[in-house]
Amino acid sequence: MKKEAQLDLYHQMVLIRRIEEQAAELYQQGKIGGFLHLYIGQEAVSTGLIAARQPHDRVITAYRDHGVAINCGLPANEVMAELLGKATGVSKGRGGSMHMADASKNFWGGHAIVGAHLPIAAGFALGDQYAGNDNVTICMFGEGATNIGFFHEALNLAQVWKLKVLWVCENNKYGMGTSVERASAVPEIRQKAEGYGMPNSRVDGMDVMKVYEAACDAIEKVRTESHPYLLEAVTYRYRGHSMGDPERYRKPEEIKQWQENDPIGIFRKQLVSKKTTSEKALDEIEARVTQEVAAAVEFAESSPEPELDDLFKNIYAES
Amino acid sequence: MAETVSMPKLGFDMQEGTLVRWVKNEGEQINKGDVLAEIETDKATVEVESSASGTVRKLLVGPGSVVPIGSPIAIVGSPDETITQPAIPPSVKKKKTAAKSEDVTPSKKPEVIQPEPALVLKSAVAAEQVPAGSETVKASPVAKRLASEKNLDLGRVQGSGPGGRIVRKDVEAVLAGGIGLRSAAGVPSFIGRGAQQIEARQDETLKLSKLRQIIARRMTESKVSVPHFYVTHEYRMEALLTQRKQMNEELEEGDKISVNDFIVKAAALTLREYPNLNASFAGDQVIRHGSINIGVAVAVENGLLTVVCQNSDQKPVWQIASELQEMVGRARAGKVKPEDIEGSTFSVSNLGMYDVENFSAILNPPEAGILAVGSAREVPVVKDGSLQVGWRMKATISVDHRVSDGAEGARFMQSLAKFIEQPWRLLL
Amino acid sequence: MSKITMREAISKAIWEEMERDPSVFIMGEEVGVWGGTYAVTKGFYDHFGARRVKDSPIAEAVIIGSAIGAAMVGQRPIAELMTINFAFSAMEHIVNEAAKLRYMFGGQFTIPMVIRAVGGGGRQLGATHSQTPDVIFAHFPGLKVVSPGTPADAKGLLKSAIRSNDPVLFIEHAAMYQLRGDVPDEEYTLPIGKSTVQREGSDVTIVTYCKGLELSMKAAEQLASEGIRVEIVDLRTLRPLDMQPVIESFKKTNRAVIVEEGWKSFGVGAEVASRIYEEAFDYLDAPVRRVAQDEVPLPYNRTLEQAALPQVEDVIAAVREVL
Repeated sequence: MKKEAQLDLYHQMVLIRRIEEQAAELYQQGKIGGFLHLYIGQEAVSTGLIAARQPHDRVITAYRDHGVAINCGLPANEVMAELLGKATGVSKGRGGSMHMADASKNFWGGHAIVGAHLPIAAGFALGDQYAGNDNVTICMFGEGATNIGFFHEALNLAQVWKLKVLWVCENNKYGMGTSVERASAVPEIRQKAEGYGMPNSRVDGMDVMKVYEAACDAIEKVRTESHPYLLEAVTYRYRGHSMGDPERYRKPEEIKQWQENDPIGIFRKQLVSKKTTSEKALDEIEARVTQEVAAAVEFAESSPEPELDDLFKNIYAES
Repeated sequence: MAETVSMPKLGFDMQEGTLVRWVKNEGEQINKGDVLAEIETDKATVEVESSASGTVRKLLVGPGSVVPIGSPIAIVGSPDETITQPAIPPSVKKKKTAAKSEDVTPSKKPEVIQPEPALVLKSAVAAEQVPAGSETVKASPVAKRLASEKNLDLGRVQGSGPGGRIVRKDVEAVLAGGIGLRSAAGVPSFIGRGAQQIEARQDETLKLSKLRQIIARRMTESKVSVPHFYVTHEYRMEALLTQRKQMNEELEEGDKISVNDFIVKAAALTLREYPNLNASFAGDQVIRHGSINIGVAVAVENGLLTVVCQNSDQKPVWQIASELQEMVGRARAGKVKPEDIEGSTFSVSNLGMYDVENFSAILNPPEAGILAVGSAREVPVVKDGSLQVGWRMKATISVDHRVSDGAEGARFMQSLAKFIEQPWRLLL
Repeated sequence: MSKITMREAISKAIWEEMERDPSVFIMGEEVGVWGGTYAVTKGFYDHFGARRVKDSPIAEAVIIGSAIGAAMVGQRPIAELMTINFAFSAMEHIVNEAAKLRYMFGGQFTIPMVIRAVGGGGRQLGATHSQTPDVIFAHFPGLKVVSPGTPADAKGLLKSAIRSNDPVLFIEHAAMYQLRGDVPDEEYTLPIGKSTVQREGSDVTIVTYCKGLELSMKAAEQLASEGIRVEIVDLRTLRPLDMQPVIESFKKTNRAVIVEEGWKSFGVGAEVASRIYEEAFDYLDAPVRRVAQDEVPLPYNRTLEQAALPQVEDVIAAVREVL
């Protein structure tokens, strides 16, 4: 990967981190409503993965979607505006934190019902197969979603119909507060793909370049061999499941241990040690991000509320 | 020990009665069986006898009150005992016509007998006696809207819907200048037609008698809300007339049997085979009555009453004749007893004495059938291909179409012939 | 005009639309090689091939979920649920995804899909296979729910549903596939969301749809012999519900009976009656009556099942009650 591209990945990861830290603050100020699920700690997965896609490849994920949105190229301003429920938000204030999408960026949404977007992802691939193009659908989900029926119906259908889906399981160890060992019959999610005769692999989700390489490899297989593939990325979320998580299910030492493997820290070390760039250049990126986040907050706060008259707009395409 | 006298049930379809007048006042002595009050039911004004002896201690309802059956109306006891007031059920309604004697609650002073209210009909309350908006009229929303648009006072409209609800057609009937409205002099025309200024003899406005009012209401209710159908049949009368002649030759004057007595018996026996016509329509069900009680229409002064021969199918013709004769006598003398006029399940109306060939009767609610009997007449008949003279009588049954259909009515009339034309069967 | 069955009308609608628009395809359990469990897609597999007539695993969630996905990326799938009773296995995708994705993402997505589902009782299939849960789906804004009562309506409405850019649940009645009716030979569509007067009268309004139309027509025929003139308004679409013909008819007759095959509680009758009370209270001459299924899981035994289902006599009795 070229230097500029690597710096861009670094920028994305830092931007995600800072936007989410800002979002947490705004949430505590009562400016963001509903649920807020932070991606902090998992940035390398989405960043490496999305970097591996072609623009015509489709991306769909679950409700922990701010990071994926940024990686797919959704403007930080509009992401922040959506968090504040503004008319300028990516979903015009109708979706909120869990429901961000931008069809023009081939980002098909954050989806809030665990596992329910997997059949829909299979449908994207079905539509592309029907159209006869070589688009790949990248479907991300947590390990918690692999215990629900939708996962199994979707993986089975994808394999039977040879649909071009890259299933990406972000195994962050906990489905809300229940550890993978307590919820899943097999702790390694990729084993579940075996049951469907589906090629699969596991990758260190804290290392963005490793994720990128694994994703490139998997996407290539899906596209050229015309079959689904399951990639399991092992990662960790530093924050609670959502705001207000009492976190009784894990010890602070565990979080601390993972934080020593912080994906941004790891990547920064790599960039500097491989002399791809300098500390100073990276600091400049961080400073740029600080400005971008401030601008995003400014944009969001000054944006108008949706029109009350538009309450019933977009229920149907045709009334 | 004080005893309570309650509103008596004077018929299977009676649900409430209107207290017309107290015959005894508080403080007066009364014996069991003495007349305590006059009440009006759906069918007539009747006297209520006291069910206890002693002093009338308390009259619990005022004249004009509509009282559900079984609700207490008076307390009879010894002059000095302490009496407790039974609760008056909320369903006791005070009629507007007796608005001054409001006290269903006991008063210390002996209650003054109110003059007999002029009008006690349930829904045809005279408009001028009802302060505007003071009474909740049971009317459907569309009826209310139409009445309001045409400036029509619904208090003056007769309801024909369930429970007496005024429905659209009732209002339309009134607006069309038809039925359902109590006419009253001095009430401005609401129909909006220009008055026809033709010099003519003055109309005479007569107050309806109570009986007339009842007939008006019941017949309107019947004709408007009950779908009638009619079946006419002609009967050979030679055998019955011969039979009657023979029997009457043996009987004293005063015990003689009329043609109608035979017909009552014949109808009763035929109804045994047609329980569906000895019935009443009741919303989503039909009540088939266990007893066959034939009501006989009797013309009385300015109206008619129906006297009832209970269990007509089980009584010999001579007994039917003698009971009917007594009841008719009482009816014409204005001394009808409650039991004379209650509980009929099927009616017979006979205009034979007026040289009537045939007519149709309006059902007597809630009965499902009524037989209208014409005169037995000597008429040309065709027998074995040649013209002869014979005695024939036409009768027409009116039937509630909600309960039965034409074919059953026709079969009934055919079966009736079996008894009328072979009258020995009536004597078995 | 030809007299054809409901089955033929539905089959023709799909066939014609597949011929007309290459983005239309059909998927579901046994739609292909088998020819459809109710033979609606008989001959389709041979003519259109496996690409456009897709036999799916018995997995309702992914049948509906993947149809949603395919629709979102530009195809026009017709997803068939073998019976509407199986829709509960796909409830998430019908009511939580198909009905909401467009609105929730600010109108970015369009979901031009049809879910065909066969409903209704009366065939001794027991409680789980005999339901008429139409109103459950009609409850959700975002979904369109269509259920025709005649072959002509079925064809015209299904063609509109296939061409619609919104998700449409198209409910067919299993006991009506043999019903015959006049269907225009020429190309036509009928608008979704439009109720229609199927029989004119002046004494009482029957509001109904789907199988209820058949019952109501028979009842009206019998009542006509007594001089009772029944007007029948066929809703055809439960959502969006077109009350205008109902209210117009009701203002004329002042009396209404609502006939549906589903359970009475919280049903079509409850909804339509409420709207009549709200929109035409001053035209009421009698309380609105409802004819519906008895509140019981449908039993297998034929006598019991028929006793629980609404019958022509029930419709007649209800009409008499309001007259």
